[in-house]
Amino acid sequence: MAKIILDNLKKSYGATEVLHGVNAEIEDGEFVVIVGPSGCGKSTLLRMIAGLETVTEGEIYIGERMVNGLEPADRDIAMVFQNYALYPHMSVRQNMAYGLKIRGLPRDEINRRVEEAAEILEIGDYLDRKPRQLSGGQRQRVAMGRAIVRQPEVFLFDEPLSNLDAKLRVQMRLEIRKLQKRLGVTAVYVTHDQVEAMTLGDRLMVLNGGYAEQFGTPIELYERPQTIFVAGFIGSPAMNFLPGRIEGDAVVLENGSKVPGGAGSGQVTLGVRPEHLVADDKGPIRLQVILAEQLGANTLVHGVLEGTDTQLVVSLAGIRAVTEGEVMGFSIAREQMHLFGPDGRRIN
Amino acid sequence: MLKRVHFPSSLLPYLLVAPQVLITLIFFIWPASQALWQSMLIEDAFGLSTEFVWFENFQALMDDPLYLATFKRTAFFSLAVAFVSMSFSLILAGFADRVIRGATAYRTLLIWPYAIAPVLAGALWVFMFNPTLGIVAYGLEFLGYEWNHKVNGGQAMALVIMAAAWKQVAYNFLFYLAAMQSIPKSVVEAAAIDGAGPMKRFWTIIFPLISPTTFFLLVINMVYAFFDTFGIIHAVTQGGPANATTILVYKVFNDGFVGLDLGGSAAQSVILMALVIAMTVVQFRFIERKVEY
Repeated sequence: MAKIILDNLKKSYGATEVLHGVNAEIEDGEFVVIVGPSGCGKSTLLRMIAGLETVTEGEIYIGERMVNGLEPADRDIAMVFQNYALYPHMSVRQNMAYGLKIRGLPRDEINRRVEEAAEILEIGDYLDRKPRQLSGGQRQRVAMGRAIVRQPEVFLFDEPLSNLDAKLRVQMRLEIRKLQKRLGVTAVYVTHDQVEAMTLGDRLMVLNGGYAEQFGTPIELYERPQTIFVAGFIGSPAMNFLPGRIEGDAVVLENGSKVPGGAGSGQVTLGVRPEHLVADDKGPIRLQVILAEQLGANTLVHGVLEGTDTQLVVSLAGIRAVTEGEVMGFSIAREQMHLFGPDGRRIN
Repeated sequence: MLKRVHFPSSLLPYLLVAPQVLITLIFFIWPASQALWQSMLIEDAFGLSTEFVWFENFQALMDDPLYLATFKRTAFFSLAVAFVSMSFSLILAGFADRVIRGATAYRTLLIWPYAIAPVLAGALWVFMFNPTLGIVAYGLEFLGYEWNHKVNGGQAMALVIMAAAWKQVAYNFLFYLAAMQSIPKSVVEAAAIDGAGPMKRFWTIIFPLISPTTFFLLVINMVYAFFDTFGIIHAVTQGGPANATTILVYKVFNDGFVGLDLGGSAAQSVILMALVIAMTVVQFRFIERKVEY
């Protein structure tokens, strides 16, 4: 169990810089999720913490130690890979015992730990099977088992659930969370799936194009996204963005309607979440319906801002009948408006 | 109704395979049957008459301590060649797998020896180790070790093993490198995180995972050492000194074309033929099926 500190971490491949100075302080026992679209550098960042990629610039601390120059073996970490990376020629038991044997633990201690981990993960029945005789979910558990028997300071997860089917993914997600809470080990988890990120993480780091856009709790990220990217990435369905400009105490949209509540001046982008738009016949946000998706619990109305081509989605509670071409009015509470300046940063 | 797809028969397919069949008949079936026939004949000393003697030639071989010694020598020679060349190429492949810069040049250079004809490879080593002119022999003498493979049977054997193994390193290297590169990188990384150093990773993860390739190469190298090293031995030692490097194929040549014992020589080549058939069966039966790990 240990704190992890990333201090102005940079990574370049040749002349191309892929990480542009990432800073983070991960508390002892915290579950941090690094989330971002593919190619944003999140796996590279994780691999740098693991010691599988060299650090171009900056420093990584695990516990009290600066680990930049340490081999993966000496960092006291365990990692779960996307493809599980089980040793194909070893049985489940040997897979889990491998790291312990190398560290020279006595045989009965190894057996005790393997049995214990097998019990926690409910894989006791397969201990003598080879990985190829296991299903995807079982392999996933073995990979987790291999990580926990080591009793490391830090768990690293590299998209461990992306090869599982949807149902199993939800189940394993919960189990990973429970396991991490129970063991109290610091964990860093990489994923591109924002739902996974929101449900798992104590805090999330949103990475985009090699920059850490925001680092905070899921609720902070949802309620006060600091950039347009974070605002659009977190939340489902995604936030609506309406271009406009500030006039006095209101945002004037493209079609001239005024939405009360504003800050700053000049051109802005108004971000509103689909679930925060309230039906209001006199409301300033006028939506022309294109189609509606009935999800049972709620209805997603897709359309455009009246008189423009700007896409707009509204989530209404319950089942609502709407007709194509109909114009609906909506209003929004001031505190639920997100205003972003031309540079994409939050201004209110 | 017909149960399978049938094509109207025509002459064309037969014509298309005819050249291959002809080549096989002329260069394989005919000489092989000649060998079979001759292995049952004994010629008198002047070549005036031949006598059909059934398996007497084979009987004579089995009773000949020289032949049995050659058998053992060949087994030793081929195992040694396989071991030396496979372990060298394994080491080289292990390094090449880690090389990042200049990998292509390194690989290309390593593949060159394979393109050299066995006799030339042999000649190369003869020059280097020639007791009076050779640079290596000179160097060894300088270090106080007397090298003369023309007198010392052990040294002669070592020399042909080196020459034969060297030529095969390139081939083995290619297969080993391909096998290593097909191991998922994350498996090796997982082992690194588990605390295994490079050597430990090699022996506990990489080596077991490339064992199917090792088995395949073992058979290939044995066959090579048994049959394709004639040129090297002929160029380097002519089977000497005192038969120290006479392996089975060399003895076939020696007894037949030097000793002019055609019957005995033919009997030996029939035995070799049986051996190569056995090895091919092993190769197809066990290697085509994937080795389980």
